[in-house]
Amino acid sequence: MKIRAQIGMVLNLDKCIGCHTCSVTCKNVWTSRDGVEYAWFNNVETKPGIGFPKDWENQDKWQGGWVRKPDGKLEPRQGGKLKILANIFANPNLPAIDDYYEPFTYDYERLQNAPEVATPPTARPVSVLTGQKMDKIEWGPNWEDDLGGEFAKRAKDALFEGIQKEMYSAFENTFMMYLPRLCEHCLNPACVASCPSGSIYKREDDGIVLIDQDKCRGWRMCVSGCPYKKIYYNWQSGKAEKCIFCYPRIEAGQPTVCSETCVGRIRYLGVLLYDADKIAEAAAVEDEQSLYEAQLGCFLDPNSADVIAEARRQGIPESWLTAAKASPVYKMAMEWKVAFPLHPEYRTLPMVWYIPPLSPIQSALENGLIGENGIIPDVKDLRIPIRYLANLLTAGREEPIVKALETMVAMRRYMRSKSVAGVVDPATLASTHLSAAEVERMYQVMAIANYEDRFVVPSSHKEMVEEAFEDKAGCGFSFGNGCSGGVSEGSLFGKKQAPIVFHDLRRDRAANRRQ
Amino acid sequence: MNTLHQFVFGIYPYIALAIFLFGSLARFEREQYGWKSDSSQLLHRGNLRTANILFHVGVLGVFFGHLVGLLTPVAVWDALGVSHSFKQMLAMVAGGLFGGIGLIGLVMLIARRFGNARLAANSSWRDKLLLIWLLITLALGLSTILVSAHHTDGHQMIKLMTWAQHIVTLRGDAAGYIANAAPIFKAHIFMGMTFFLIFPFTRMVHVWSGFASVGYVGRTWQLVRARR
Repeated sequence: MKIRAQIGMVLNLDKCIGCHTCSVTCKNVWTSRDGVEYAWFNNVETKPGIGFPKDWENQDKWQGGWVRKPDGKLEPRQGGKLKILANIFANPNLPAIDDYYEPFTYDYERLQNAPEVATPPTARPVSVLTGQKMDKIEWGPNWEDDLGGEFAKRAKDALFEGIQKEMYSAFENTFMMYLPRLCEHCLNPACVASCPSGSIYKREDDGIVLIDQDKCRGWRMCVSGCPYKKIYYNWQSGKAEKCIFCYPRIEAGQPTVCSETCVGRIRYLGVLLYDADKIAEAAAVEDEQSLYEAQLGCFLDPNSADVIAEARRQGIPESWLTAAKASPVYKMAMEWKVAFPLHPEYRTLPMVWYIPPLSPIQSALENGLIGENGIIPDVKDLRIPIRYLANLLTAGREEPIVKALETMVAMRRYMRSKSVAGVVDPATLASTHLSAAEVERMYQVMAIANYEDRFVVPSSHKEMVEEAFEDKAGCGFSFGNGCSGGVSEGSLFGKKQAPIVFHDLRRDRAANRRQ
Repeated sequence: MNTLHQFVFGIYPYIALAIFLFGSLARFEREQYGWKSDSSQLLHRGNLRTANILFHVGVLGVFFGHLVGLLTPVAVWDALGVSHSFKQMLAMVAGGLFGGIGLIGLVMLIARRFGNARLAANSSWRDKLLLIWLLITLALGLSTILVSAHHTDGHQMIKLMTWAQHIVTLRGDAAGYIANAAPIFKAHIFMGMTFFLIFPFTRMVHVWSGFASVGYVGRTWQLVRARR
């Protein structure tokens, strides 16, 4: 048993209001730079929809993730090592930037510089790729927000598989939900496996998957290897970039920026202990619908004395073991069974999990009754089809999703009865596997969602591995070569120093220098 | 043989080789963030797949052809029973084939880089210089086939091989062997040597990594880094 620890994340879709605060704060912190202005380490999609980049869930098209070969071994869907190397000159599965969107800004100066004209001046869109005016913005990172666009286009959503989707085109049957997405920091990442340079790696101590910017050679295989399309090619630096799970914050015991700033309090961070020796087997189970359970089987019980003793022996810090016991992620995934991995069928064993959303009642009006229990509905009547959620979270298997939704409904019934009628009624919990005490704890964590319940992040104990004194007067966070830059503005080898500003800002700065 | 010839074909090869090797080493050591293939596939796909595969297959063929053809000692060919005229014919055919493939790909790549608005706006002068440099070198190299066709006895080829072998074995008399070579050979050799000189200052350094990526085949799928 090889015990490793990871900071996992759970997103409670039941509470996501689609405000994009996570996306915007993430962008402000990490991707407000040339070359990744089109990249959203975190984005929020409205489902049903084809998403960002277009159609990312269609792996017949993009060839992301893993496939299980007849001999039971896994191989990236885009091909084995020789095939990947053979495609190094031109990757046939790489999305073009137009599959994301052509990054644009606006000619704001025109609003101030325009001469006196008959009609008010307008700020026309300008392509960041060419600097030329664009006739029309055709697509954006959030083009389908709140069901924007017509049903026919939206309905290409891969999650409609196995669903008679025509009926959902009718206005009265419309449903929608939000899906915030970031890098899954998988246990079995396909990006790592796809990288010919070996520049992508998983950190042993906290499970964060990072790209070594110095070692990346821009072969682009990770972009197509990742089934979530959460690795982006920086077209200015020529390097791949991805969500870094705000590792400088995590190391300091702080939540990621997207979690910290979430106004709906939907995000949870906590330690998961897992057995690294089980990963290969779990990812390769034959039945896709068993992958969710197989992944659960990798996680270790932080309250088990055996696990704790073995983890101590293998050098997991004591603060991490304490945090693992209080981990909201462990509780939601393992104890309450309300959180699920995103697309387990990609066989990546993702570590950002989702609580499926409850939704308004679909057929209550037609039936003349509202569910079976007064105000709180039966989950089968929910507006969002169970199969749709199952296609997202359990490779199409509905039973675990129904169970989770029933648990959440039971929690509502129980707490409603307790706080409105003043009656503690254990009978309302009959449909769950949880005790009243557990349900009240669940209510505390999921509904009240206090800061300290949502984020249980132990700091990384860097003092155990490095001498802080030797880091004095270091460069801090820098792009690539850190301190090695010369004194001249350019570089002998043609690299611009720290390309960290948008085009117009750079132009302004250059203009200021000239004056 | 004048002083200029002695410099260009006796001394300059060492300058070019030294800058090629030490420039690559310095860049690898100091500037890895800029060490990349610098692919433009994301911005514009177009016919990249056709063009890039043609180009790379062509130039890799030409590269290995030069490597084996120029640096294998004449004695080895003799021992293998390969006649000089046959080897020259082989060089002309294989070189013509791979050079031709590479040239088609290169022209397509140049059209793409200069013709597409996104790429034109985002290409450095180094990228453009590199493509033009390769085009001229490749065109000169292919043109030598026409000259070679006039003397198919392999004599001229042996001289070129001897020059190259004397250069890499550090014998001072190399330049003399090609004093009477046709100007087009000299021009091709000069462009080729200078290509090595500009190599470390351009995206060409990705070639080192391309060869290194063969190590991927023997690697485990997953990589985990422990804390330092």
